[in-house]
Formats: sequence, C-alpha cells, structure tokens
Amino acid sequence: MAHPTTEHHYAHHFESAEHEFESCKQGMWLFLMQEVLFFSALFVAYAVFRMFFPEAYHQAHHALDWRMGGLNTLILICSSFTMALAVNAAQRGLRERTVWQLAFTLILATGFLVVKYFEYSHKFHVGILPAKYFHVAELIGPGKEFTDPNVPIFFSLYFTLTGLHGLHVLIGMGVIFWILLRAARGEFSPGYYTPVEMVGLYWHFVDLVWIYLFPLLYLIS
Amino acid sequence: MSSAATVPGENYLNCEKGLWSWLSTLDHKRIGVMYLFTVLFTFLLGGIFALLVRIELMSPGRTIVDADTYNKMFTYHGVIMVFMVVIPMIPAALGNFILPMQLGAKDVAFPRLNLLSYYIFVLGALIAASTLFLGGLDTGWTFYTPYSSQSSTAVTYALLGAFVMGFSSILTGLNFIVTIHKLRAPGQTWMHLPLFVWALYATSIIQVLATPVVAITLFLVVLERTMGIGIFDPKLGGDPVLFQHFFWFYSHPAVYIMALPAMGVISEVIPVYSRKPIFGYRAMAIAIFGIALVAFLVWGHHMFVSGQSEVANFVFSLLTMFVAVPTGVKVFSWVATLYKGSIRLTATLLWAVGFIFIFTIGGMTGMFLATLATDIHLTDTYFVVAHFHYVMVGGTLFGFMAGLHHWFPKMFGRMYCERSARISWLLVFLGFNVTFFPQFILGAQGMPRRYYDYLPEFTTLNRISTYGSWLIGLGFLWCAVYLFRALRSGPKAPDNPWQALTLEWESSSPPTFHNFDHNPRVTHGPYDYGLIRKEV
Repeated sequence: MAHPTTEHHYAHHFESAEHEFESCKQGMWLFLMQEVLFFSALFVAYAVFRMFFPEAYHQAHHALDWRMGGLNTLILICSSFTMALAVNAAQRGLRERTVWQLAFTLILATGFLVVKYFEYSHKFHVGILPAKYFHVAELIGPGKEFTDPNVPIFFSLYFTLTGLHGLHVLIGMGVIFWILLRAARGEFSPGYYTPVEMVGLYWHFVDLVWIYLFPLLYLIS
Repeated sequence: MSSAATVPGENYLNCEKGLWSWLSTLDHKRIGVMYLFTVLFTFLLGGIFALLVRIELMSPGRTIVDADTYNKMFTYHGVIMVFMVVIPMIPAALGNFILPMQLGAKDVAFPRLNLLSYYIFVLGALIAASTLFLGGLDTGWTFYTPYSSQSSTAVTYALLGAFVMGFSSILTGLNFIVTIHKLRAPGQTWMHLPLFVWALYATSIIQVLATPVVAITLFLVVLERTMGIGIFDPKLGGDPVLFQHFFWFYSHPAVYIMALPAMGVISEVIPVYSRKPIFGYRAMAIAIFGIALVAFLVWGHHMFVSGQSEVANFVFSLLTMFVAVPTGVKVFSWVATLYKGSIRLTATLLWAVGFIFIFTIGGMTGMFLATLATDIHLTDTYFVVAHFHYVMVGGTLFGFMAGLHHWFPKMFGRMYCERSARISWLLVFLGFNVTFFPQFILGAQGMPRRYYDYLPEFTTLNRISTYGSWLIGLGFLWCAVYLFRALRSGPKAPDNPWQALTLEWESSSPPTFHNFDHNPRVTHGPYDYGLIRKEV
C-alpha cells in the first residue's frame, strides 16, 4: 500500500479513488431514492385526505402563515446555494472557503428551525395539536373559523410532515457540522472530497422536500 | 495494489482471533456468518412459538394456554419469522457471504455500512423482543389498525423494532446494488452473472423501494399511539383501510424479498447437480425482474374483502394472476434443466427439488386466492395460512437450506455427513406436508385463522397437523446436530467439492481474508457445464 501521502487511501476493494467515488455516489442516490419513498407515503396520505375533506384543508390552511413559510423557503434555497458553493470550494481544494460556506449553511439551517419553532409554539399556544389533542381555545381570526370536523386531521399531517422534515434538517446540520470539522482539519483535496459531495446531495434533497411541503400546506385555495 | 502474501492455512476464520475481532469486523464473510447465527437463533425462537401454537390447537378448547396467551404466541411466531427470519435469511446471511465472491470482489461496496446494518438489525430485534417483558404483543404480525392503535400490549415497541430492522434491510439492499454495479470481476458481463446475483439484485431493488413505505407506515402507528395523530383512526376522521394499503404496498413485495433470493439459490444449485447449463438463462434473469415488477402492483389482493372498489378488486385479481407467468417460466426452466442431466441426488439437490414441489403447490393455491369468487370464501381461513406457509417455508426456508448445504463447505471448510443431511431433509419434507396440507382442507371447510378454538369436527385434521409439526422440529434438530458435528470434526472440504463453475469456488475453503489469491477473470458463463473442460 505504498501510495504518495497526499493521495487519499481508498478502500482495498476498489481499483482507484475514482472507482470509490463513483460507487459512493451511486449509493447516495439510492439512499435518496429510499428517502423519496419514505416521504411518499405521507404525501399519499395528504392527497387521500385532501380528496376526502377538501373543505377542512381549506379552512385549516388559514392557520398557517404563508409569510413564515415563504421566509423559510427563501432561507432553505439560500442554504442550498451556500452548500453548492461549499462543494465547489472543496472540489477546488479551497479549504477556508469550504469551511465558511459550510458555516453559512449551518447558520441558515438554524434560522429555518428558529422560524419553525415560532410557528410550532404559536400553534401549541392556541391549541392546534395533533388530532386527538386538538382544541382551539381562541378564534384564529375573522372568517377563519374551523367549522369542518375534520380540520384536526390536516394538522396531524402538518405536524408529521414538517416534524419529519425538521428531523431531517437536524440530522443534516449534524452531518454538515461533521464535514465542517473535517474540512477545517484539511482532510479534503481535489482528489478526495466525497463526504462533502454526499452531504451536499442530502442537503439538496432536504430542501427539495420543503419546496413541495410549502405550497401543499401553506398555499391551499 | 500488491496483495499481501498469504500464509498457508490462513483463512478468514483464523486470520484474526477473539470476540472483538468478530464484533468489529468489516469482512463481508464474517458479517455473513454473524447474520447466519443470529438468524438461526431467531429461527429457533420462532420455531418454538410455532410448536406451542400447534400444541394448543391439538384439541378444541384450552389445551395448554389461555386465549390471550395464544394470541401472543401466534403474533410472536409471525413477527419473528417474518421480520427476523425469512426476510434476512438468504440475502443478509448467505448473500453477504456469497455475493461478493460470485462477483470476484474482495468485499461489498460499503463494508462499514454492512456492519452497521448488522447492528441495526440486532438493535431492532432487541427492541421488538423487549415486548416479551413489557406486556407482550397480540396484534398479529400485520399490526392492523384500529386494533393496533388501541391494544394495551406493547405494540409501540414492536413497531419501533420492525421500523429499525427495516433500515437494516434497506441498507443491505443499497450495498448489494452498488456492489453488483461496481465490483464485478473483469470479463463478468451482465449476461455472465450467476442467477443468484440477479435474484439478489431484484430483491435489493424491492428492499430499497418498498421498505421505506412500511417504515413510515409503522411509524405513523407509533405516532398514533403516542401523539394521537389519528390518521388511521376513524373516530378522528382517519382511515384504517389506508393502513392496509400502505402496509401491503410493502408487505406484498416483501413476499418477493423472501422468495426471489430462494429462487436464485435454486437456480445456482440445479445446474451444478445436474451437470447441465441452466435452461433459458436470459429468460430466467428477465423473469426475476418480471416478478419484482409485478410484485409492486398486486398489494390489493390482500384486501379483497376490505371494501375497496370492485374495479380495484378486478384489476388486482387480474394482475395477481399475471405473477404466475414469470414464476411459471422459472419452474419450467428448472425442470427442463434437470431433464436428461447427470443428476447427483445430494441433500442439496433434494432441498432444491423439495422447493420446486412445495413452492409450486404454494403458487397454484395462490391462484385460488387471486380469484375473487373463491377468495371471498377462503379469506382469513386456514387455506390462506397453508398457502403462505407453502410459499414462505417451502420457498424461502427450503431455498435457504439448499443454499446452506451447497455453500457450507465453502463457508466453514468442512464437509457434513451426506446421509444425515438426507434424513433431515426427508423428515422436514414429510413433516411439512403433513403439517400444512391438512390446513388447506381445514380452510376450505371454513376453519378461520387466528382463532383460539374450533369446532370438534376439525379435530382430526388439526391433530395430524400438530404431529407433522413435530416431524419438522425433529428434522431441524437433527440438522443442527450433524452440522454442528461437521463444524467441529467434519472432514476438510476441498476447494470445489461440487465441481461448480461460479467464481466463489475458485477460492480456497474456507476463503482467505481477501477471498482470492489472484484477481479472478471471467472467461465463461456461470453454468457452462459440458461446454468447457475444467480442472477439478
């Protein structure tokens, strides 16, 4: 195993670093495929109940603030951009820039969760909870009464979908922090940046889920 | 990479010593062996529950336990056998060991992920097993809502356990797909792949695409029980039938996660012991994918009496019958391979022939259940129980046993006693048919499944069924005895005891840490028996 020290030591069952990278990338795409399927059942449930109870969906969405959702959409799109810049910097071997871009991504992800926290706590405050515990104590606003008995199901789906997505954001922040540390230690080079690229793919997927969630939950009319 | 010089007599079993070297191993062979012993242990557990269920059903009314305990026993039997035995049995245990070797690779694509999926599996199994001490589990392995969201037993932990084990299955599938794509030996084109590899490829696709759906479904039931989201609860506007759709969207393809690898094993075994190229290689490979594809489109046949629309019933019925086409291609090809071959009727081939016999009965009776008119009568009767045991036991378990006997010399470097192996096969084969054939009759006569009690006129057939289950138990007990004896003191196995042509036999028995001393090249098809001459 006498390789030049600057080169990445690829695992013994691969022929080259390139071979290893290609395999990892295929594995990551397969992982994202299973993620799509993981969320898909929830989207199907969303569609089924929307078909059953269109009026409930319409009434319920008034309780969601499209400005908050819109702000979060903007934040995540920006974070995808900084993530892409981080991958690009890692590919070119620019260590400092990689670290900075990853740090920006982390800050934006935190911002997303902060907004989400305010949204959630407001809902808990007024009694918007998953179906069994749903009890709206005060009026959401004029013309925004919940008259349809099936409104709670919408919020069950809302909490499940955004909660699971939030969990993915949290996990994403964990792995971004991990590659940030590795990047700071100078572990990546133009010959080896696989983890940065893989985390990047994951992060774009997390953003993409939100791009679907935002209109489906906030912009019903 | 220069390969390290191998010490003579050194192999993957003795190159590192100590428990820690096993627990921290990244070697696909050791991980396969760990899976093997884990699965054999869970198989023993599930088997004990099965024997207990059969003893309770020996006569009407209470025999050994009360009704609540009986509900828990058949639930444990089902949950253990489905999630901890037949799903991981062939892919995770045999597949992990054999797949990279058949490709001429040194390991799977992601060895660390491989070890992780083993530990995820063990963790999930432990979580599910913890329910034994937390109030039991009585929902049946299908976890149907709304009962599963209300049962006072420890359903939440069982669901979490199955959820966790699902990720083990997904990651194994992912690992195999990349391995097959990226780590084939030079010269091994897609049309030179052994059919076991094709079967595992199709299985892996199902694992990656279907398992996440059941994972989120089970998780939704967990949320239902803990946070009252009510998606499956009619009281809160939810829909329990939606659970059935989600559940079977995975659990029907899961039947093929169980069956396809077994079909792969059978396709390996039959050419070797009949010294003939497999009949219709290309058709066999296509048929595997045909089955995998149709598998995704037939889940509704579990729900003919759930109140889904008549159009849905009609379509699902038709599509289900279509499964018989690629399956028929496979059965006929196996038989055609045997035809006029130089047959060596070893224990391995006996298990394979037993597979064809039993699996075909399982498949044919599936047609009764796919037919709407007969299904109304047979739904939730012992006919269904007998049918899926013919498919799962006769299919997966017989395939596994064939594979275990075929690859045992390679895995452990020892030969087992051939005569003992045939006796074990005979006991299980007879016992299986004695146990489950009467259940077809019981079901047709209307005995419902999962009931604690039954009418007195069903007693004789139930007795016969119970006696059969003892024969099965005896057969497997005997199998454990002679395999354990072989491990300890069996004669040393030659590198290629069955004169097979696939790559795994080019390594030593047991293989060295790197699998091969040279970098294997593929110059011929995997089943070119009689077409090329090969040193033995």
